[in-house]
Amino acid sequence: MAAVNPAIPDTHSDAHEHKPHGFLQRWLFTTNHKDIGTLYLVFSLTAFFIGGTFAMLIRAELFQPGLQLMQPEFFNQLTTMHGLIMIFGAIMPAFVGLANWMIPMMIGAPDMALPRMNNWSFWILPFAFLLLVMEVFLPGGGPQGGWTMYPPLALEGGANVAFMIFAVHLMGISSIMGAINIIATILNMRAPGMDLLKMPVFVWSWLITAFLLIMVMPVLAGAVTMLLTDKFFGTSFFNAAGGGDPVMFQHIFWFFGHPEVYIMILPAFGIISEIVPTFSRKPLFGYQAMVYSLASIAFLSCIVWAHHMFAVGMPLGGELFFMYGTMLIGIPTGVKVFNWVSTMWKGSITFETPMLFAIAFVVLFTIGGFSGVMCAIVPADFQYQDTYFVVSHFHYVLVSGALFGIMAAVYYWLPKWSGNMYSEKWGKIHFWSSVISVNVLFFPQHFVGLAGMPRRIPDYNVAFADFNMMSSIGGFWFGASQFIFLGVILHCVYRSRQRATAQVWEGARGLEWTLPSPAPYHSFSTPPVITDDMLAHGDVAH
Amino acid sequence: MMVSGLALANPQPWQLNMPTGATTIAQRIYDVHMLAFWVCVAIGVVVYGAMVYALFKFRKSRGAVPARWSHNTAMELVWTTIPIIILIVMAWPATKLVVDMANVENSEMTIKVTGYQWKWRYEYVDYFGKATPVNFISTLDEHSNRVRQTGSGLDPHAVKDGGENVYLLNVDRPLLLPVGVKVRFVLTADDVIHSWWVPDLGWKQDAIPGIINSNWTRIDTAGTYRGQCAELCGKDHGFMPIVVKAVPKAEFEQWLATQEGAAAAAKTAQAAPAATSATQG
Repeated sequence: MAAVNPAIPDTHSDAHEHKPHGFLQRWLFTTNHKDIGTLYLVFSLTAFFIGGTFAMLIRAELFQPGLQLMQPEFFNQLTTMHGLIMIFGAIMPAFVGLANWMIPMMIGAPDMALPRMNNWSFWILPFAFLLLVMEVFLPGGGPQGGWTMYPPLALEGGANVAFMIFAVHLMGISSIMGAINIIATILNMRAPGMDLLKMPVFVWSWLITAFLLIMVMPVLAGAVTMLLTDKFFGTSFFNAAGGGDPVMFQHIFWFFGHPEVYIMILPAFGIISEIVPTFSRKPLFGYQAMVYSLASIAFLSCIVWAHHMFAVGMPLGGELFFMYGTMLIGIPTGVKVFNWVSTMWKGSITFETPMLFAIAFVVLFTIGGFSGVMCAIVPADFQYQDTYFVVSHFHYVLVSGALFGIMAAVYYWLPKWSGNMYSEKWGKIHFWSSVISVNVLFFPQHFVGLAGMPRRIPDYNVAFADFNMMSSIGGFWFGASQFIFLGVILHCVYRSRQRATAQVWEGARGLEWTLPSPAPYHSFSTPPVITDDMLAHGDVAH
Repeated sequence: MMVSGLALANPQPWQLNMPTGATTIAQRIYDVHMLAFWVCVAIGVVVYGAMVYALFKFRKSRGAVPARWSHNTAMELVWTTIPIIILIVMAWPATKLVVDMANVENSEMTIKVTGYQWKWRYEYVDYFGKATPVNFISTLDEHSNRVRQTGSGLDPHAVKDGGENVYLLNVDRPLLLPVGVKVRFVLTADDVIHSWWVPDLGWKQDAIPGIINSNWTRIDTAGTYRGQCAELCGKDHGFMPIVVKAVPKAEFEQWLATQEGAAAAAKTAQAAPAATSATQG
């Protein structure tokens, strides 16, 4: 294993790897950021397929009008569980996994700052998730009140309320510990010369996301604890008959829930800001603007929560405040999109799979952004609210946004993780299949939403039938395409004979590419000596 | 756009856009919606156009050599300032509209809507200052209800009313309203949160237990306008439609008088046996 950069001492010979022996020693007791990152990513992929199965069942029932397959109670369990699993099981753990793998390698650290807590924050998750998913098999079934858990409806469940709340608490604890670890690592473990404003944008995006997590996860914990005591201990926080207020839950929930939306997209912004410069072979346009826009989006995300509640009957001043605040988010988000396009401008572009996903992200996330600005306009939202227009909006942002960001990242860094190149041909097939089907799946939902179809209904008027059938076909197609993804990953890790170089991509910059592929078990045992051309794509002067 | 200009009373197959509605407010909502839509289209054309151009022009396979620049302060100022102006252009009519929508003053009649799992109660609280006792429950029509049972095997396309398919959009008793009268709605719920939505009136408003919300409408054209509960409210959330039937004022007044008579008769009939049972007891 030859050192790639003479500035970095070759301390990574196999003799010093200290990889634990035995399966349990290696995976259950691990404190290694790469192993924990792998665990997070495998967990997330599993959750993605489980949550995806729920989505397939939903689309199967909605394939045509009339209830053919299930009772409405079960349909409501599907939508509730689909939301909870995809948010807390698939998207969030995937980003934490990427953070674990990449942040120490990107800032020149040997590992995460708090490795034992890292182990704990992962191993809570499978148990939390088991509690959540097993509810479906309990008498009375799983929760049916939607992932937003609005009382009084959510409290109409039986034992599943307690299970769901306990699971949410555990996932919250896991997220908070993960966030503490990321902040501690970034603030304390940077190699000399890795100033804050020289960090890769992915690291910046996670630093900001981690602060959001620490701020809002306890708020969610408080909200669900009040649900718990309302249900089982006779309190009346949200019970109007006891002097409580059901709307207060929504305010508390969305004070968590809106920053949560950005927790699921900011790291994807970071990923795209790494990939676009690499395959454009040009520095990221406006590095500092990218960092500041991330920070302003994070700040604004904390003061716009009630735009999820325009129809609950807020005072006029409240409606206007939350409308203006929400529209303002369009400014820093626009800056990011313009900067990505400017990064491509006068570059030297190639179209490997990570770049294809990154381009699709910019195009499709922007469509989600457009419908987001439309939803911010209060009078129009009196029509859009709780319709398929909104379903389409947030799936554009979360599937062709956050999820495509994650897929781009997996294709981008998989050679670094595994030491092998994935099959570019099958990666591209996966991309084209996904990007076409995701639009067949979600674009028609704009139309049925505008025509008057509410969300979370198991059956609908025949006027909505054609677009729903189209959407279901797109759904099955998109779901099937993900087995290609699985196949490409398994092939790359276990079967691929094409070895990856340390640099992997011609235009790649950043400390992670100075390490050999696969990356050694401990990243930087001694701090690397950093020169400006090794830094990520930021122009360090600006 | 395909459907603009037509006041649709019902969703249509392949309908692409929001209805323009039956009220001035709904029309104005449609207008701010279309303004926002065209602004997004315009921005999309510029951004996607620049991107597609870059992706074709600056490809490595065409021998593109990457530039080294990474910032341009003037451009960055431009694309921060122009969106602010665009947002103000969109926010201005929206703000005026929100203010008008919030103004329930000078309403001429009041309807109280109460959401239940899974039906609506309509109370005609007052009409031109005069209290009325008229109130009734409105639930999913019998035909839709038979068809919608899981595995019923019945055809949703067969559920028709006056030639229109009304599957899951029809009720046993519609809410009758007069044309040209400003109606104030007060909305609440008895069990969980519901949301009362008729797209042709332009808005939905949550019906929340323990809270009374208000909104208003003035319907311009007679017709039947259909909607649904828009807030998840349990297993039959998809099966509690709303039908508003707007009729000329004279016809409405006649109907209201009949209903008031019926309500009074029902009250006497109810009181009489109660009195008898009291004497017997």
